[in-house]
Formats: sequence, structure tokens, C-alpha cells
Amino acid sequence: MYDATPETLLIASLVIPLIGALLIPLFHRHPNLRETVTLITAGLLASVVWSLYGPVMAGARPELVGPEIVPGLSIALKVEPLGMIYGLVASTLWIVNSIYSIGYMRGNNEPRQTSFYVCFAVAIASAIGIAFSANLITLFLAYEILTLSTYPLVTHKATDEARKSGRTYLMLLIGTSMVLLLPAIIITAAVAGTTDFTPGGILDGKLTPVLLSGLLALFVFGIGKAAVMPVHFWLPAAMVAPTPVSALLHAVAVVKAGVFTVVKVVVYIFGIDTLRQSGATDWFLWVASFTIIVASLIALRQDNLKKRLAYSTVSQLSYVVLGAAILTPLSLVGAAMHIAAHACAKITLFFAAGSIYTAAHKTEISELDGIGHKMPWTMSAFTIGALAMIGLPPTAGFLGKWFMLQGAAGSAQWLPIVVIVISTILNALYFLPIVHRAFFRGTATTSVDAGAVAAASVGAASVRDGEHHHHDDHGEAPFPIVLALCTTALMTLALFFFPEVPMNLANAMIQR
Amino acid sequence: MIEWEMIAYHYNYYITIFLMVSGLYIVIARGNMIKKLIGLGLFQTSVYLLYLAPGKIIGGTAPIYDKAYQVYSNPLPHVLILTAIVVGVATLAVGLALVVRISEEYGSIDEDEIFEQDEDQ
Amino acid sequence: MSGLQEHLPILQILVPLFGAILTAFTRRGITAWAIAAIASGIAPFISAGLLIRVLETGQPISYVMGSWAAPWGIEYRVDVLNAYVLLIISLIGLISIPYARKSVATEIDSHKQPWFYTMYLLCLAGLLGIVITGDAFNAFVFLEISSLATYTLIALGRNRRALLSAYQYLIMGTIGATFYIIGVGLLYVVTGTLNFADLATKLGPAMATHNKPILAAMAFMTVGISLKLALFPLHVWLPNAYAYAPSFATAFLAGTATKAAIYLLARIYFSVFAVVVPLKELPVSEVIIALSLAAMFLASITAIFEQNAKRMLAYSSVAQIGYITLGLALANKMGVAGGLVHMFNHAIMKTALFFALGAMAYRTGLGQMSSLAGIGRKMPITTAAFVVAGLGLIGVPGTAGFISKWYLAIGAINHGWTWLVFMIVLSSLLAVIYIGRFVEIAYFREPAPEIANAHEPPASMLAPLVILAAATIYLGFDTRLTGGTAQSIANYLLGGAP
Repeated sequence: MYDATPETLLIASLVIPLIGALLIPLFHRHPNLRETVTLITAGLLASVVWSLYGPVMAGARPELVGPEIVPGLSIALKVEPLGMIYGLVASTLWIVNSIYSIGYMRGNNEPRQTSFYVCFAVAIASAIGIAFSANLITLFLAYEILTLSTYPLVTHKATDEARKSGRTYLMLLIGTSMVLLLPAIIITAAVAGTTDFTPGGILDGKLTPVLLSGLLALFVFGIGKAAVMPVHFWLPAAMVAPTPVSALLHAVAVVKAGVFTVVKVVVYIFGIDTLRQSGATDWFLWVASFTIIVASLIALRQDNLKKRLAYSTVSQLSYVVLGAAILTPLSLVGAAMHIAAHACAKITLFFAAGSIYTAAHKTEISELDGIGHKMPWTMSAFTIGALAMIGLPPTAGFLGKWFMLQGAAGSAQWLPIVVIVISTILNALYFLPIVHRAFFRGTATTSVDAGAVAAASVGAASVRDGEHHHHDDHGEAPFPIVLALCTTALMTLALFFFPEVPMNLANAMIQR
Repeated sequence: MIEWEMIAYHYNYYITIFLMVSGLYIVIARGNMIKKLIGLGLFQTSVYLLYLAPGKIIGGTAPIYDKAYQVYSNPLPHVLILTAIVVGVATLAVGLALVVRISEEYGSIDEDEIFEQDEDQ
Repeated sequence: MSGLQEHLPILQILVPLFGAILTAFTRRGITAWAIAAIASGIAPFISAGLLIRVLETGQPISYVMGSWAAPWGIEYRVDVLNAYVLLIISLIGLISIPYARKSVATEIDSHKQPWFYTMYLLCLAGLLGIVITGDAFNAFVFLEISSLATYTLIALGRNRRALLSAYQYLIMGTIGATFYIIGVGLLYVVTGTLNFADLATKLGPAMATHNKPILAAMAFMTVGISLKLALFPLHVWLPNAYAYAPSFATAFLAGTATKAAIYLLARIYFSVFAVVVPLKELPVSEVIIALSLAAMFLASITAIFEQNAKRMLAYSSVAQIGYITLGLALANKMGVAGGLVHMFNHAIMKTALFFALGAMAYRTGLGQMSSLAGIGRKMPITTAAFVVAGLGLIGVPGTAGFISKWYLAIGAINHGWTWLVFMIVLSSLLAVIYIGRFVEIAYFREPAPEIANAHEPPASMLAPLVILAAATIYLGFDTRLTGGTAQSIANYLLGGAP
């Protein structure tokens, strides 16, 4: 690995997960070997992506140009700082998530695990493809593969509900990307003659402010993965998937692909100076603000834990969009930081939700009274995640908000400041009651829920026997799950104390 | 004012158009599959006339390559239409063969009756 | 060897034609298939040889029949445009022939099999003939050869409705061909020539005195060919014909028959009329764009509600033909290139899709969407290939269909009609629905008892399907053959105009 050139590393980062995807089905009949392949692949990928960090910080921008597919436009890869952040987040968390997946998938006896791991590896490969794409065409290619490879994951349960959610998922993501994003890319290509991501943008002086604003709208709403309202419906629908999918893909890889693309388009296609001078992008700020507030309000009303987390994600994603919409270098640093911070925190929260489901078969918040005493690790990690969502120190969530506030204040934009303050209060309102319920309320004496038919008979018997038994008397989730969620919780804290890596990359992004 | 001279010189086209339109009308208006094919044949025949008529030069002979015959009719349309007639006959043959098979399967060659049968299924 | 090369244009037709005669004398299906396989195997090499030579020299190849010089005798004239279309047709022939063996053996009575292959080879020869000839009347003859063979192929379907479909196609097809030949006749009366290249030079002077017959000829030819290529709303023959024909015939015809007709339309417009008729003063291009859009939307919507899987794909074909004619009607470099690229890509993808359905019918004997529930678990490779080709149809990036749509969209922008871009992508979304519907049925429903014993088809059927599915992906990345050639054709047809 040491004498590999950055270009080799770049190609390896795409090839490794794809090879993994090819190898996994070979061990279909040997689950232990199969999971080993997943873990090795994840480990290799993360080490490759991490070893790109040094060269990139040293100013290298490794680049690979593939075949020209339409006149003047090639499939091409290039590593730049923002992509590096996203690539690091996705590849690092994949390791943790793989460990978690093993615990979860086995703990819940999920069917078709092989195809689950294959689709997962393909999804990660496309996430890396998005991170390191050098132009809009390549990005679009990876973006669509990501949608298609996660569709089987969302519909994994193959129930009617899964099928319906899958429809919503596919139609909204493919629909917005085909009908809005693709024309936006085509128009960009026609106007600018290129779609390369270029510091400072490629559209300077090529369009009138109104057209520029229209094109930006095509991008913002076309990138459905960013879940800006009203194209967010796919995200709550995707929660029907197994929890590891919700955790890594619908809290990290897929949704971050969305906001990452928005930031990338704003920075490298439009250029923040071009947009600021055009003065026609106020709506952008309003849309992000609206999504932040309204999604939080909806989250308040959700009793299903995963649904509440999903709406919280919708809201938090728009922080990143807001950071881009403020259009100052500092706010962009905030946006980039928030990509990393929210990833670690939200994956922790989902891990916790999955942990509760695996151990206690509970999905609703109202059932969680006193669960903190039975699952102290899970709920402590959950608390750390919740603090990060609210944006309190010493968690990573604080940093992103801080830079965004600075950026907004520095350019005298008051709307974002008001929005951030209100949403912080709302975040506290919908997360703290969960923590309170878990630790400071007595054990619920609700009846057995329908999700645990098998456990029910054991549970009924055990009530008479007293403690130390199933269901209401569950303990922590399986070890891999606990290990994974503690790791991500620690990462959430560590990012606050040692924010150098994302920080350096974010600074490198805004320097020209 | 009617230009008799123009009509006289172009009467072959009027016949062509009459045949063409009546052939097409039969194809569209008739439900009997044999009659449709007859209409189709009429329609194709009109085209033969369209090609042949302009090739004829009044007073011209057959195209004999000799100094004695200076004016001769264009032979090419005849060659073309010979081919077209063959094509027309082949089409009619395939069409009739299909009608025979349809009659065997459905016991009818009337389109409306046949469509009714298929709807029942 | 050089002598043989001189005669490539005529060999392109003679090989399948002689094959057809030979198969007519065979008694067993396997012998006839072997002859058809040899003929279909040689054809693409001839096409490729012609294309390479034309691209290298940049000059059309002219081949004169029976030593009668060009305007009088029949000339085969190969330029980039028809060399490209020849390649499409003969490649589909090559890839289909291994598939034919098993599929035909189950669907056609054994004593009819040799005749089936005769008809297939006649159809192939006819389609190649339409494309290679430089003579308008000769094109008609080939058109009828291929059409007559096609009617027979369709009529051999197992359902008795195949007979009706064939009859209806025969009526509509003959009307179309006759319309075409009326147009040719009018041009002949005015100019005294039937050669495309000669027509282009003689029509200019004739325009001054006889513009009405020329415009009438254009109208007749346009309507006639549009019937053959199933341009909306002249497509009504197509869905039933495709739905009830034998599986192999459907797959082969879907990839080739309409393409040859589209070629003819492109030829008469770009090589003949565009040179002389002030097309800009007539709303020809606007009308064809409007009809193409209607096809893209209405036919796709019909496909969404269709219950028979083959007919669903047939309606999808009508919609996809709309993309091709849309590109040609834009009449600028990128638009025309887009139409031509999509001719190739659609041939590949639609043949793959029909192959997949044919394979399912081979194992289950079923064709209704609902009856194929759960087929994805029984025939995973077949269904996966269907999905890949279906993604291509939608135009997902990384597939051939994306390339087509990109060209078309840039063509629309260069035409100054950015709104067309949105029409193109919106109609693609309809393809998501009808392909997605099949995917849901194939993967999410429990397999019905009727398909309990279904499994993957034999390798001879699976391999062509997988190759075409792989080609759908490959052509989404390597576009030298499709995009590159199409661009040089567009340059050639439009005479260097931007």
C-alpha cells in the first residue's frame, strides 16, 4: 500500500467493494466466510480511502479519465477535499456498520442475507463513486446506481408494505433525478460545454440571474437524496428496510450523497461568488429553512422511533443545504463538518433503534419507558447521538452549527440564525423526552407486542418466574450491535475534540 | 370555365385516382376479408396505371434499337410494373392463404363476427 | 480476395437469399436451422467489412447490377448511413440465430420448421435489401419481400389470433407499401429516374415547374413509410403482430423490421428531399416531432396498463420509435445522431427483452404479466437480463439508453427547444412504471403453481440474452461504434451544417 500511487488508490477504492460484491455470493453457503469477506472488504476500502487523505492534504488531486461516452464528456474520477470527507465517512462507517449488520441480521433471522450484503457492497461502491466523481456525468451515473442498488435493500422484507415503500422510494428518487437533475446536467453541459467540477464554478457569466436561479432549482429539487421538502417522502418510506440499511444508507451514504451533491454543485458548478452576485437565490435559503423547521415539527408527532429519526434526518440534511445556501466560505465549512458529524451521530441513533428492536422487539417510543436500565450501553450511546443532534458540546453536532452561525452572522443574514435557534429547541423537544423516558420512568407494563410472536410464549411463562427472562426482561442486544453503537458514539465525541481531519479538508475545499 | 383540353390530356390520371380511391374505400368499408383483399388488389392496380400511362408516347413503337424507329415508348415502366404485378400477386396469395386459415380456425371470414368470438374467450 | 471484396454489396443480399432457397428444399428443422445459421453468421461480417471500408475511404461504395450504369440500372450504394443500419440488422440476425433453434422447435410444428427458416432468411434478405439498394423501386420490391415473409412468420404463432394479426398487418402493410410506390411513381413521372442519388440532382430543377407532384410524392412516401415503421398513429398493426408472433419472430422483428423502414424515411428525407425541397417552409419536422411526442407518451401510457407482457413491450416499441423519429426530425447534428444511436441501442435492448419473455414462455408457456408472478426466483438470470435491458429502455446512466437520450436532449437544446428535454425525460419516467410493474410482479409475488417447475432456459437461449444484456451496459460506456459512427453519419447527411 505504501508505494501505491494516489491514482492506483483511487481506482482501488472503487474496485475493492465491487470485488467484494462478486466474492460474497461465492460463500453463499458459508455465512461466517461470507461475513469475513464483507469485513475484509470494508477494512481494505477504509484503509485505501484513508491513505488518500495524506496526498490530498499535500495538494495532490489524483485523477483518472475513462472513456468519452457522449461528445466532450467522459467518465472521470478526481479526488478533491469535499469528496474526501464524504468518502472517509462512508468507508469508515461501513466497517462499523458491517459489524452491526452481522449482529442484526443474525439476531433477527433475516432472509436472503447474501443478496443483502451484495447490494450493500454495490451501494458503497457507488457512494465512493459519487464522492470521487470528477464531473456531473460520472456523479449522475453513480447516483443512479446507488438508488437502484438500495432498492432491493429497502424492499428486503418483500411484504406488501415493503413493495409500496419501494415504489415511493424508486419513483421519487429516480423520478426527481431523471426529470429534474438530468435536464439540469444536460443544460449545464450545453451551456458550459463541460460538466467538470471546477473550483469557482463553470457557469460564471453564462446565464442570466433568473436562469441561473432556475437551474439551481432543478439541481436542488432534482437531487432527491438531499430530501429537501417536498421531495423528502422517500426517506420515511425507506424506513421499512432492515435497520443496518436505515443506519448506513439512509442516515449516511444515500442522504449524504444528496447533500454532498448539493454542496458540490453549489461550490464547483455554480461557484458561490457567481450565485451571490446573481442575488436570485433567496428562495434557496427559504426552502432549506422551511424543511428544517417543518421536518422537526413532523418528527415531534412521530411515535415510531425510526420514523422520528427519519424526519430528524430530513431536518438535519437541510442544515447542510442551509450551509450551502448561506453562500459564505465559513458556512460551507460548517456544511462539510455537519456531513461528518451528523453521519456519526445519526448512525448511532439508528444503531440504538435497531438494538432495541433486536433485544426488546420494540419500535414505538411510547413503549420505551425505563429501557435505559435494561440497555444502559445502547441508551447511553443514544443520548450522545441525541445531544449531537441538538448541537450541544461536547459532541460533533456543535461544530457544524457553530460555523454556520458564524458564516451567517458574518454576512449579516438573520434568517439562518433564527432558524438554527428555533430548530435547536425543536430538536431538544423531540429527543430529550426519549432519553427522559428511557432513564427516568419506571418499566412499562404494556402487553406483549405483535412483533414478537415467538418471544411471547416464553415471555408469558417468564412473567410468573420473575426476572431474568425474555422480552420484557431482556438485556442488551448481541455483542456486535453494542460494540458498533458504542464505537460510533465515541466517534461522535471524538470528532468534537479532534476535528482536524474534516476541518482540514473543509478548509482545503474553500481555498482556491 | 372548364379546361377540356387539360382534362383530355390527363384522363388517365382521373381513372387512376378513381381506381385508387375505390380500392381503398373497399378495404376500409367492407367487413368481408375476401372483399377487402379485392379492394387491396384494385388499389394496387391503380398504381400500375399510374406508372404505365406516362410511359406511352402516342405514335411511339416498342423500344426497338434501330434507325427506322425514332420514337418509342419508355420500356422501363413496363419492366417495373411487371415486378409490381408479381409482388401484387404474391401479396394476394399470402392474403388469401391467411383467410383460408382464419376461416378454418374461426369458421367465418367476417371481421365483426371474428372479433366477437375472440372477445368471448 | 480483392475480387470478393468488390462484390460485398451483392453478397450481403445473396447469402441470405440463397440460404432461403436452400432451406426450402430441406425437410428437417435442424438442417434448415444450420443453413440459416451459416447465412446469418456471414451477413454481419459483410456489413462490418462494408462499414469499415466506407468509414476508411469516406466515399460511398457503388455496385452496379448487370453492367447497366447507374441511373438506368439498379445501383447498390453503400454509404455510412446504410452500412451502419446493415450492421444493426445483420448483428441482430447473428445474435438471434442460436436462440432460434430451441424456441422454434417448441413453438412451430416440425414439418413447418424448414419453411419458417426460409421465411426468416427471406425477411433478413429483404430487410438488408431495403437498406443497401440505391434505387427507390428496388427498395419497394425488397420491402415487399420482407413484408410478405413477415406476415407468414407472424401467422405461424400458436394462438389463432396470430392469423388475424398477420392479416391486419398484411392489409396495412400493403397499403403502406403502395403509398410509398405511388410517391415513387410521381417522382418518376417528374424526373424520369428512380435512383436516390440521381433523384437528388434532378429534383432541384424539376421543383421550379412541378412542385406540386413532388410535394404530393413526399406526402405519399412519408405516410407509406410511416405505416411500415409504426409511427404514431399508424402503429395499430404492431402491438398485436408482436404479441402473437412466435417468440423468436417477435424478437427478431422488433430489432430489425422497423429499423429498416426508419432508414428508408431517413434516406428519402436527408438524401433526396432535404436537398431540394425547402423543408423549412413546410412544417414537416414539426408534425413529425408532434407525432413522436404523442407516441412517446400515449404508447407508453398504454404499455403501463397492458396485461400481456409481449404487448406491453410492443407498445413500448412504438414509444421508442418515437424517440428515433424525434431525433431525425430535429434535423440537427446531435438530434440525428441521437436518433441513429437509438436505432442501434433500441434494437439491442428490445431484442433482449423479447428474448427474456420468449425464454419465460419456453419454460412456462405463459405470457400474461400476472401469470409470471415470482418468475424472478425461478429464472433469476433471465429475469435479471430483462431488468438490465429494461433499465436501458428507461435510460438509466451506465446503459445504452442513456447515451441515446443524452444525444437527443442536446439535439433538442441545439434546436432551441429546451422544453423538449423535459418531454424526453418525462416519457422515460413512464418506462420506469411499466418496467417497474414487471419487476414487482416478477420478484415480490409468490410463484404460482403453474411456474413451480420453471428454471433457466437452455444455454443456447440464455447466452444470446446475456450477451445482449451485457451489450446494453457495454454500449453505455464504449460509444465509439454507436455514437461515433452516428455522428459521422449525421455530419455526412447534413452536409457539414451545424
